[in-house]
Amino acid sequence: MSTEVGQGMTVTKTGEQGAFGGELLTINFGPHHPSTHGVLRLIVDLDGEQVRRLKPVIGYLHTGIEKQAEALRWQQAVVVTDRHDYLSPPINNLAYALAVEKLLGVDVPPRAKALRVIMSELTRLASHLVWLGTSGIELGASTMLMYCFRERDTILDMNEEISGFRMHTSYIRPGGVMADATPRFFEMLDRFVRTMPSNIDEYESLLTMNPIFRTRTIGIGRLSAEDAKVLGATGPMLRGSGVEWDLRKAMPYSGYENYDFEIATSDLCDCYGRYLVRIKEMREAVKILRQAMDQLPDGPVNIDDRKVLPPPREELETSMEAVIHHFKLFTEGYTVPPGDVYVAVESGRGENGCYVVSDGTHKPRRVKFRAASFANLQPLEQMAMNHMVADMVAIIGTADAVLGDVDR
Amino acid sequence: MGLEALAESLGQNVLTTTLGKLIGWGRGNSVWPLQFGLACCAIEMIHTATAGVDIARFGSEAMRASPRQADMMIVSRRVSQKMAPILRTIYDQMPEPKWVISMGACASTGGVFNNYALLQGVDKIVPVDVYVPGCPPRPEDLLNALMILQERIKAQGITPRQ
Repeated sequence: MSTEVGQGMTVTKTGEQGAFGGELLTINFGPHHPSTHGVLRLIVDLDGEQVRRLKPVIGYLHTGIEKQAEALRWQQAVVVTDRHDYLSPPINNLAYALAVEKLLGVDVPPRAKALRVIMSELTRLASHLVWLGTSGIELGASTMLMYCFRERDTILDMNEEISGFRMHTSYIRPGGVMADATPRFFEMLDRFVRTMPSNIDEYESLLTMNPIFRTRTIGIGRLSAEDAKVLGATGPMLRGSGVEWDLRKAMPYSGYENYDFEIATSDLCDCYGRYLVRIKEMREAVKILRQAMDQLPDGPVNIDDRKVLPPPREELETSMEAVIHHFKLFTEGYTVPPGDVYVAVESGRGENGCYVVSDGTHKPRRVKFRAASFANLQPLEQMAMNHMVADMVAIIGTADAVLGDVDR
Repeated sequence: MGLEALAESLGQNVLTTTLGKLIGWGRGNSVWPLQFGLACCAIEMIHTATAGVDIARFGSEAMRASPRQADMMIVSRRVSQKMAPILRTIYDQMPEPKWVISMGACASTGGVFNNYALLQGVDKIVPVDVYVPGCPPRPEDLLNALMILQERIKAQGITPRQ
């Protein structure tokens, strides 16, 4: 028997007996709910106010991104990779670009690698800032959003300076990056790197010792290291359970082995631990940015292969061969040798993998994304079990799932 | 002129207007949006609401989680086939008068995703007042759309939809 209780929510009596003498009720949480970070829907069985069963229902943002990539040429498919995990577009680009480069058998110049690292770390910061701001709002600290989005705006301005676009930059492409960074970009980056540590201190002063925030997160949403591993959680979800696993250290890509940084972990295994991990990661990201800026090598930012990337504009006026290459690239694109490859990078949410199959034509045969958010939703029931409904909000927030990434 | 003197001189005045204009003025300057984020554009929508751009200057900072209290729905980005009936239900739950801003290329036309999964334009299921181009649009674009909508609401008078 279902009863409508307003706002599109229905309550169903299950007939099962609860621990407090009442009956278990099934409620529907989402897909339109301010605390589900998008369009996540949860079907929750409640005993009084305690969660006894929780089932996520996904697919409300299914965009067909993987299928769409098959209809686009190799260089065009970059734009759809931006849009699945929409809080970390350059990191998605990087996973795809590394996969295609592996199939092509090319290696990008050192300057391109460093620029890729800079963009990845800026994105990690931007992504964690959204997480911090929205989680703050959900737990009652509404001012967090204002502070976090102030810095996020600076990062988006930098994105715009380097690529011409605020969010979906498509800056990292197979064969290198879109263009070299401008001097103004480095000025902005320098100012950002100098001010960000004190801004992170500011966030911490608002939350870390805040008694309300601590009560809402300490001991809430416990996830043991074994469960986290078994359920495939990665990123801060795994490191928040004390497992030292970061792809930037474990399987370095794009020159991450040259930077000195620490893996942020916490043994608390709860929402507070994952908060500490993300804050530490933000500090480490600033550290990497500083190093990348200081040791930025000179040189080209693209590979010198006319079969993959178009020739420079000046060459078109003097060389017939350059015109032909340009024409061929923009009419049919380049072909990639047959084969399949899996490349994983560490995004703000965890292992962001890209599996690419090529049949030797100018379009991908299959592009599959290993979404960190999707895997990170699996421990949700484990974490929310026997907690109050209100704690579920903190737990969903801590999973930091981007529904575009989950549903793709 | 001091405040008291101003009140004294204006207190004796009579302003004439039509009821339609008065109501339109009130409605246009207090359009409460539904807190309804779908995808990437929702992040730019949050940017619009924060201090940098500050939608509060236009009277629309009160994002309502419940459709029953909202005047305007900002469809932020891609609407999948699975989401479409829910979006329509939420729209139906909003009280009249109500307006819709279609934010971003995906919401307006399906954008780059011309495939089986996406609704090719949210105007297939709800009437749209203002379309905002961009992928995602800048916060300033959204503000511009809101200003266009405000002008329209102010001109509509007592009965916005005939």
